[in-house]
Amino acid sequence: MMNADLRRERAAATFQTELLTHILDGGADRTRRRKEIEALVLNDPDFQHEDLNFLSRSQRYEQAIRKSALMVMKLREYGIADPEEIYWFKRTCLGSFPEPLGLHFSMFQKTLETQTTDAQKEKWLPLVHGVKIIGTYAQTEMGHGTHLRGLETTATYDPATQEFILNSPTVTSIKWWPGGLGKTSNHAIVLAQLYTQGQCKGLHAFIVPIRQLGTHEPLPGITVGDIGPKFGYDEMDNGYLKMDNFRIPRENMLMKYAQVEPDGTYVKPLSDKLTYGTMVFIRSLIVGDSARSLSRACTIAIRYSAVRHQSELKPGEPEPQILDYQTQQYKLFPLLATAYAFHFVGAYIKDTYRRISGDINEGDLSELPELHALTAGLKAFTSWTANAGIEECRMACGGHGYSRCSGIPDIYVTFTPSCTYEGENTVMMLQTARFLVKSYTQVSSGQRVTGMVSYLNDLSRQRIQPQHVAARTVTVRINDPVSLVEAYKARAARLVEAAAKNLQAELNHRKSKEDAWNRTSVDLVRASEAHCHYVIVKLFTAKLAEISNAAVRAVLTELCLLYALYGISKNTGDFLQAGILTDAQITQVNQRVKELLAIIRRNAVALVDSFDFHDVHLGSVLGRYDGNVYENMFEWAKKSPLNKTEVHESFHKHLKPMQAKL
Amino acid sequence: FRNPVHMVTMGQTRSESVNPDLANERQTASFSVEKLTAWLDGGAERTRLRRAVVDAIESDPVFSRENQYFQSQNERYEAAVRKAVHLQKKMHEMGWSEDGPEFKYIYRAVAGDVAFLLHRIFMRSISMLGSDEQVAKWIPLASQYQLIGSYAQTELGHGTYLQGLETTAVFDVTTQEFILNTPKISAMKWWPGDMGRSATHTVVFAQLYIHGKCYGIHPFIVQIRSLQDHSLCPGIIAGDIGPKMNFEHIDNGYLMLQSVRVPRENMLNKFCEVQPDGTYVRRGSQKINYFTMTSVRISLISGEAIPPLMKACTIAIRYSAVRRQSKLKPGEQEAKILDYQTQQEKLLPQLAAAYAFHFIDDYLQELFDRGYREIQRKNFDTLPELHALSSGFKALVTQYCTSGVEICLRACGGHGYSLLSGLPSLYTKIIASCIYEGENTVLLLQTARFLIKCFMAASTGQSVPPSVTYLAAAKPGKCPAKNKLDFLRPDIYTEAYQHAAVRSVWRTGSTAAKLQDLIQSGVKKHDAWNRCTVQLVQAAKAHCHYITVKNFAETVEKIETKGGIQRIMKHLCDLFALHGIFSNTGVFLHDGYISGEQMDMVTASYLDLLAIIRKDAVPLVDAFDFTDKSLNSALGSYDGQVYQRLYEWAQKSPTNKQISPAYGKYLKPLLHNRLSKL
Repeated sequence: MMNADLRRERAAATFQTELLTHILDGGADRTRRRKEIEALVLNDPDFQHEDLNFLSRSQRYEQAIRKSALMVMKLREYGIADPEEIYWFKRTCLGSFPEPLGLHFSMFQKTLETQTTDAQKEKWLPLVHGVKIIGTYAQTEMGHGTHLRGLETTATYDPATQEFILNSPTVTSIKWWPGGLGKTSNHAIVLAQLYTQGQCKGLHAFIVPIRQLGTHEPLPGITVGDIGPKFGYDEMDNGYLKMDNFRIPRENMLMKYAQVEPDGTYVKPLSDKLTYGTMVFIRSLIVGDSARSLSRACTIAIRYSAVRHQSELKPGEPEPQILDYQTQQYKLFPLLATAYAFHFVGAYIKDTYRRISGDINEGDLSELPELHALTAGLKAFTSWTANAGIEECRMACGGHGYSRCSGIPDIYVTFTPSCTYEGENTVMMLQTARFLVKSYTQVSSGQRVTGMVSYLNDLSRQRIQPQHVAARTVTVRINDPVSLVEAYKARAARLVEAAAKNLQAELNHRKSKEDAWNRTSVDLVRASEAHCHYVIVKLFTAKLAEISNAAVRAVLTELCLLYALYGISKNTGDFLQAGILTDAQITQVNQRVKELLAIIRRNAVALVDSFDFHDVHLGSVLGRYDGNVYENMFEWAKKSPLNKTEVHESFHKHLKPMQAKL
Repeated sequence: FRNPVHMVTMGQTRSESVNPDLANERQTASFSVEKLTAWLDGGAERTRLRRAVVDAIESDPVFSRENQYFQSQNERYEAAVRKAVHLQKKMHEMGWSEDGPEFKYIYRAVAGDVAFLLHRIFMRSISMLGSDEQVAKWIPLASQYQLIGSYAQTELGHGTYLQGLETTAVFDVTTQEFILNTPKISAMKWWPGDMGRSATHTVVFAQLYIHGKCYGIHPFIVQIRSLQDHSLCPGIIAGDIGPKMNFEHIDNGYLMLQSVRVPRENMLNKFCEVQPDGTYVRRGSQKINYFTMTSVRISLISGEAIPPLMKACTIAIRYSAVRRQSKLKPGEQEAKILDYQTQQEKLLPQLAAAYAFHFIDDYLQELFDRGYREIQRKNFDTLPELHALSSGFKALVTQYCTSGVEICLRACGGHGYSLLSGLPSLYTKIIASCIYEGENTVLLLQTARFLIKCFMAASTGQSVPPSVTYLAAAKPGKCPAKNKLDFLRPDIYTEAYQHAAVRSVWRTGSTAAKLQDLIQSGVKKHDAWNRCTVQLVQAAKAHCHYITVKNFAETVEKIETKGGIQRIMKHLCDLFALHGIFSNTGVFLHDGYISGEQMDMVTASYLDLLAIIRKDAVPLVDAFDFTDKSLNSALGSYDGQVYQRLYEWAQKSPTNKQISPAYGKYLKPLLHNRLSKL
């Protein structure tokens, strides 16, 4: 039976939740297909399992391997091959958790597909697709992460035997962190500095067998293991790998681009631009993941806030739902709006990538640099925001949020590393900044720029007619998303310009480019953030026009306004200092934010229902669809390992002897 | 192949030698680390005592935390019980007592990793709420550990709002007993520490009913487990509430009461009593209870919030001086990540905040001691101010420290996510402090209520407590700074914070006043209050932030210790203040107190300070004087041998020692495509 509070909330919604679900999925057909695939997992007794929270790390790893193996077989059985459908299937199996074979199917397989010669493809791909071998991707070392050129692992070519000799010359060079490396994989793609004919040729990729097929024992010369417990990722055997004079045949170097000939002659690659594409793709996935992780946390926190009652608002009346408190709404609704914004941004990047990668195959790379720069910044912006937002959701659930049964701790620990992996966020922001500064410099020298940075073109015009800036100030209409996009655009333009000018000033003072860049980097990160923020508001606003159903459009417009106005209220300084908004307008913005909270309140539960997460996806007692929170918390707690016996053994071992002695 | 210093050569033993990158940092310190440590401790004598206590604990193998990161919940719990029991023995041996000067250092040394912390709360509640006879009966039993106590207030469905609790205690005149019940599932006691497995007794808060009339929440001592075999008493259902983000070593519990009878004497009756015939008598003032809450919140700031931030800063800053990444100058070796402006901008403000809050703790402690003396003379006048400040600062400091620890975690790149870095445990532990002992938003609203009251009083010319007199003295104006150096003047930035706080309180106050009018015209009072709460929270924060800056500046002013201490503390104070302005520019720009041009000066001075403090960053964390054992971090040890330690510690992981059945059971069949036969 559904909790009465939630039933009332759902009945009071002003729009049909399924219609919004269709928009998020990209059409009613896709919603239907997604649900079909989810049902395959949900109705399959093979995928039932114990709550992972009560298992040790080793047990969780074992469960994850069991599921990975099972998924391989079932996907084959059902003939599911479309990447998105595979994703739906796996997500329903795994909930919040990663799978140890994840890197086999992503990085290992993808790298072998894209960076090998035809002969290599013929040899390796059947083994990979048939899971005759299990592989991972070993790039990061203990002492070296983001800065790839700093990697220390060596691969020295020996023409006498036509082999590469792989070595981990220092402690810092030990491969560290790759997922699935510790216990699961028997092969790894290893990135190493190539030495041939006495010269270092830089980083190259090699296929390295690490465990004996059949026995799974590490091969001689290979030291491999698990890096120990982490903040989450209990299922994953992130590993280390040390190689001592380990030899692999010449053919194990991935040779689509660069090659080493039998005599040791090095043949240079033609272009390495294409590797950009993979990075853009992976980072665009993180943007989508930011949206989904934040959506799940919002779903849990908002449903729970509708069920939880606390204190009194009106004397003598029953305790109100905590969702009625303004402070609670102020914590949660801007995050709800953010989750929607990020969904649309994620979809945009995916579509753009799809379009551009079509062009790549036809040789048109012109849009790639901008997309690369944009995804770097958006990856950082969305993962930072979602990371903080998930924690805010957890805190908004009070003490119970802290219990593992809330599910939010799992969402958080699984999500938070994305601030670091696939490009550390600050480094990502600075990559975007590099592109912005470059674009600014082009504009300054009279060239025009296109795409999302085209607003920089206006800067030169403003310099000629400065009064236009002032004239624009008063025209910002705070109830019009399109007008707010302009405000965000002006802020981005101003911060990019300020950072670029500060950089120039530093360059004028100092000799080194790197030093000047470093001394401006705080400004540069702010400029990137402002640019990303603008892009998000713009994309959210653009989405509104595509929505035909009036009720859905109305509620999304409210969310879009809240997203834009809340962003202004959190960064009022930028808008004031640049003269984009006046003191009086800022006061109005703050007021309007609070009004919107009250307006969105009635649809809050329906808006999280539209994300259409099954209880299995949420893994949360607090966020259950039926809202029956308390009885299920009790059921959950009874399963705690500490409750296995009524009297814990510590009583006999420690407490009783102590009481006897005192 | 070049082998620069930051690349650790294989086979290099875990050396006594300090990583040269860290050694260099220490050689260039601008001040005496030892003098700063002594000053922070409150004198060299206390430093000596602290080190002696820490050493006595850490050299005892029972207290070792070496394998903590590899232990299961059950193992952690058992270790905590073992440590708690051993600690009693240790204290006896060493001649330490619970009210001696050593006690807070003991807690620091065991890093909270012991059981029976609620036992102390149990004892304190009896001392505070019990009559003399009750104290005489229960306290000796408890201090001899003849029973183990807990404190059961929070329920599954009810936390902060005490009046909402649903547990009932019905007085039965015929048997002279109270009958305790959990009428429904949401009324189950939930969360109390030590209750799931350890406690034999607990103080239960319940709605008292006599002859069908409810008299509100009262405390009762209830036995829950047998003193003989530790089995649950009749009518009691209790257990562990399951895994949490941290506190695996504590058996937070649930408790369901089914017609459990306790004698009339078990109601703690210092302030109210139920007489044998059922007559309810109230006596004395309960105000003193507020005082207890205040003392708990203040000790929480110094015990639970500040040390984790200091530890996190120590780990992240030392690691940032060892870790090298990318090149700042072509041809040179990779740069220390501490040399990147963005890294400094993450870490150094956290370091400054750790110092700022250390001084706020001193300030609150002094205020508290003064209040305590007054209260002993039955003067409760200081109580509202003390209550408001302790609530506000509990919220501000725990929130700030929590986000600071997380910033440190994320500033350590991938390795920060390893439990072996020590940072995840610091984080998951400190986040709980934002909720317990009063949820932060609720606490800030309490502070705000006090501020609004004072503001109203001040505006009608009534006298107000010292910490809020500025609300009356406020004058409108503009920031007088003319260049970026002016923003290094404490009077300039303190004034700016004061202005921001006044404006925030004033705005909220005037909104509240406006809403007062609305109320008279029909809008309900609670609605009016609710509609102001976002603003009220901001006002409370602005007030506490202002006091923190002001107190930091005054502390620096008064420093007498030599050895370059004052200079570096002044830099930290400037950094703390300017970071607050830099991160909240809108607050200071709105209404034009600081102009856009001045804001650029703030930014310039702020960024300059980062580079200055960078030089002393390592000595500044060294001065916190945490031992390697207490940090328990592969990244943060004093010697900076980060990578060697990370590698050695990882070998100890059970995943590398135990054989996982996963290969034989699942991987092998998968590799051989025989899974369908499973």
